[in-house]
Amino acid sequence: MSSTSKSPWILHYDASSCNGCDIEVLACLTPLYDAERFGVINTGDPKQADIFLITGSVNDQNKNVVRQLYDQMPEPKVVVAVGICACNGGIFRDCYNILGGADTVIPVDVYVPGCAARPESIIDGIVKGVAVLEEKRALMKKEGRK
Amino acid sequence: MDDWILLLCAIIFVALAPFAGCLLSGVDRKISARMQGRRGPPLSQPWHDVRKLLAKDNNAPNRFQDFYVACYLIWIIVTGAMFFAGMDLLLVVFTLILAEVFLVLAAYCSGSPFAQVGAQREIYVAMAYEPMVLLMAIGFYLFMGADDGGSFRVIDIAESSDMAIIPMLGIFIGFVIILTMKLRKSPFDLSMSHHAHQDIVRGVATEFSGRTYAMMEVSHWYENIMLLGMVALFFQNGEWTGFILGMVVAILVYLLEIWLDNGFARMKWQTALKTGWVAALILGLGNIAVLLVIA
Repeated sequence: MSSTSKSPWILHYDASSCNGCDIEVLACLTPLYDAERFGVINTGDPKQADIFLITGSVNDQNKNVVRQLYDQMPEPKVVVAVGICACNGGIFRDCYNILGGADTVIPVDVYVPGCAARPESIIDGIVKGVAVLEEKRALMKKEGRK
Repeated sequence: MDDWILLLCAIIFVALAPFAGCLLSGVDRKISARMQGRRGPPLSQPWHDVRKLLAKDNNAPNRFQDFYVACYLIWIIVTGAMFFAGMDLLLVVFTLILAEVFLVLAAYCSGSPFAQVGAQREIYVAMAYEPMVLLMAIGFYLFMGADDGGSFRVIDIAESSDMAIIPMLGIFIGFVIILTMKLRKSPFDLSMSHHAHQDIVRGVATEFSGRTYAMMEVSHWYENIMLLGMVALFFQNGEWTGFILGMVVAILVYLLEIWLDNGFARMKWQTALKTGWVAALILGLGNIAVLLVIA
């Protein structure tokens, strides 16, 4: 395992979630689950993040925000869609202003289902995301980009 | 002491301070986690963080930012090397603020409003702690004046047979108070917090990513070791006892800072300014008046 997998910094963005998944994302950092023991930091800065944790379905108002946050993250980066709304729109899917899941605007690498997603499954999703991150890092190295 | 030994001290600082600083940062995160009832990351976590940052893509907003942050790193190293080589303490204080200016410039040179506000706050905080740092240097000069005709040289202070802590107790307490600002610990981590989700994202470091942010982290490692060296300077009496006592107190002071960091919420810059200046005025100037009377 390289340092890339030992230090996944997370950017958490609430697209249009009911806050259920957001509370569970924060629960991952509490003493009960303590995601920081894997080196996870919940950073608010896209420029320093490795994993984009997005909750809730994407709507017309924030599609550009989501895209911009994704674009600001330096490579290698991974997107983890947390909760059923971020996966495919969930119960808000047919609302007039909802575009659907996060993958309608940015490429998603890991889908974490659930309403709300449990902290265990979120941490599991992050671990899967770290594996993808490692692959992308190896690819970057192979292509001589870093 | 021979010149080559002092040069060796400076080389040892440049070579080993990042490792010591990295370990200190790891211990800091572990103790903070334990204070919050968590297990916390492994001690090597800061090392992995920096290695990861170096492997990231570089997306600096302009070509000046990297240059300014590199200058910040270089001047911090130069400052620390001068301090451990036993050179002029006043020069050390001035080059330290020069390094700080480069960090502020790096934050100002990007268009991010968060970085701009962070840079402004960095200046406020520098304004708050700088008088006390200067008074510390003057205090050491007056302390040396008592028997050696006055000297700003760190090596003269370290080799002096009397411990500076006794006549300079007020200055020491004042220095520990402003150390919270220098180490960027809560309640005075206004310009950049190590914790997530503050009001201005990451403050001065908002636009730093990859290599740039890694340079800033390494600068912190150097700076922390040098600041703890300054704490230890108060206890030097030219013998091993003073050296060991200085190290022990420096570690205790750092533990106190970790406790403060975890126990207090961030305060406004006005409070930082008042705290810094009141400490400088009462503890700093008061102590200097005492030193003048003793002399």
